[in-house]
Amino acid sequence: MKLQRFFAAFNARNREFLRDRTALSWNILLPVMIVMGFAFAFTSDHQELFKVGVIGEAQGKQEFLAIRHIQFIPVTDTTSSISKVERHQLDMLLDLTQQRYWINQTSANGYILEQLLRGSGGGLSRQMVSGQEIRYVDWLIPGVLGMNLMFSSLFGVGYVIVRYRKNGVLKRLKATPLTPFEFLSAQVASRLWLIVMVASLVYLSTDLFVGFQMHGSYLTLLLVLTLGALSMISLGLIIAARIANEEVANGLLNMLSWPMMLLSGVWFSLEGSPAIVQQLALLLPLTHFTEAARAVMIDGAGCWDIRWHLLTLAGMAALFMGIGARTFRWE
Amino acid sequence: MQALLEVRELVKQYREIRAVDGITLRIERGSCVGLLGPNGAGKTTTVEMIEGITTPSSGEILFKGAPIDEEFRQCAGIMFQNTALQEFITVSEILTLFQRFYQRTRPLDELIERCALHDFLTRDVQKLSGGQRQRLLLAVALINDPEILFLDEPTTGLDPQARRNFWQLIDDIKAEQKTIVLTTHYMEEAYQLCDEIAILDRGRIIAQGSPEQLLQAHFKNSVITLPLKQVPETLHHLPGVILQRRNSQLEIHSGNLNSSMRSLLDLGVSLEQMQVRSPTLEDLFLELTGHELRA
Repeated sequence: MKLQRFFAAFNARNREFLRDRTALSWNILLPVMIVMGFAFAFTSDHQELFKVGVIGEAQGKQEFLAIRHIQFIPVTDTTSSISKVERHQLDMLLDLTQQRYWINQTSANGYILEQLLRGSGGGLSRQMVSGQEIRYVDWLIPGVLGMNLMFSSLFGVGYVIVRYRKNGVLKRLKATPLTPFEFLSAQVASRLWLIVMVASLVYLSTDLFVGFQMHGSYLTLLLVLTLGALSMISLGLIIAARIANEEVANGLLNMLSWPMMLLSGVWFSLEGSPAIVQQLALLLPLTHFTEAARAVMIDGAGCWDIRWHLLTLAGMAALFMGIGARTFRWE
Repeated sequence: MQALLEVRELVKQYREIRAVDGITLRIERGSCVGLLGPNGAGKTTTVEMIEGITTPSSGEILFKGAPIDEEFRQCAGIMFQNTALQEFITVSEILTLFQRFYQRTRPLDELIERCALHDFLTRDVQKLSGGQRQRLLLAVALINDPEILFLDEPTTGLDPQARRNFWQLIDDIKAEQKTIVLTTHYMEEAYQLCDEIAILDRGRIIAQGSPEQLLQAHFKNSVITLPLKQVPETLHHLPGVILQRRNSQLEIHSGNLNSSMRSLLDLGVSLEQMQVRSPTLEDLFLELTGHELRA
């Protein structure tokens, strides 16, 4: 690896990206617009369903559990469920084994559910928690950052290399001493720092208007961002390894990105969705990114708390990059 | 003496097509060798195998007596037939980019001067005219001061003026004793620039030699052309000549000009607008393959 050749290719790619004004503004404006749109549309959490976490099995007939338009979610861990009540992610937590329930004193939904519970003759003891509400937009911003990162990584590397191959740029480079390794690492490095830059810009500009919660450390968030971007850029490299047709590449990239966007909990929580969907979601790098970023921003998690997400992202990055580099052909 | 580049029995087989079918070539240091042939003759496949871009199905390629390796990339200059350059990048940035890929490079100022690039140095490479683009690509191919330069149909699509300017550039490079491998389907180009020509058809070399040698070996004839409308339609045969109808002209390839003229006059054919010329490579190609070069 000659650094001079690496930096030559790195700079050329950066320049190309920064000068392509339409792509650049699209990269920055789209996520900002999404966040702003949701911030105004959901000034408070307008979820149609009441969400109740339930610990244990019901003994005999429980009228409360038969009420429609309440989603009852079986949970096992009391501590984490209580903190969900604190953050308004659950409106109520019901512990049937010990005949008690938790609500948040600042939650209107919690109050209504309590009335319903009393009306159906529960006789459970009340436990009160308090905590600042997590607005939908607070919950959404890590997802939107992740979505932007995913599209920018997959298309910015996958699609661009395929286009280079189709129009002969790669063939011209192949005829020089530039090695595939130098070329690919320049593409990865260029996209990585552009993503970090764009994500920071999106974060800062949306924070200016919406002012969302950030309980963790910015360094941890940066680490999550870097590993998330690396894993998805590497996934793009696999697509870009051989294909010489832009339409095929476009189709494959869409086939990868759309399910990821829907299954990785960008827009809505997967809690309460079928187990198979939740298992499937764990195979997607975007899931690990959004969960880790949310843990840092909303719960103030540190590196150790999210170590499994970080390790998974790093592992995926290494695996995908290995496959991508090994199968790469200039033509 | 060892040739700079030697190619032996080179074959490229694509699934059903044998694009190159056993080509053997010797390229001497300082010579300009032309591969001439119609589209699809195998010229580009042949040079791309030599350049190391395409892997041959079989055969041997030796550069300075050894198989081509990484070192070869440092000392070969390549101008492809179709090359796109990165987008949103200027002419001078492209030059700097490619310069950084090589260990040994030519000074950019000199290249800019030589290939007349100064008028559009800051222009986006996507906005160049055909001639400007080819000059830039030539400069890129020359950037590592190559020992051997490959030019694959460098003037295809250029207007006659731009083509002549380009020939002048190649002539200057030849004067530096560089070795050049050129593919073309323009006879005139091969004739003007090449010391040695290999004529390719259907993946094989069908004739090889200097332009003069080739013409001498195959033609001692002259070519008489007459407008077809002056020739009776019944004229299918004339003693000792080959007749060829081309567009609105009749071409008579004759070994004995005097007797052919006499025969024509005897037949009452008017010799107005008659032209007599020496045969060209184009005629040679037609004779060798039975089809025209720019088919």
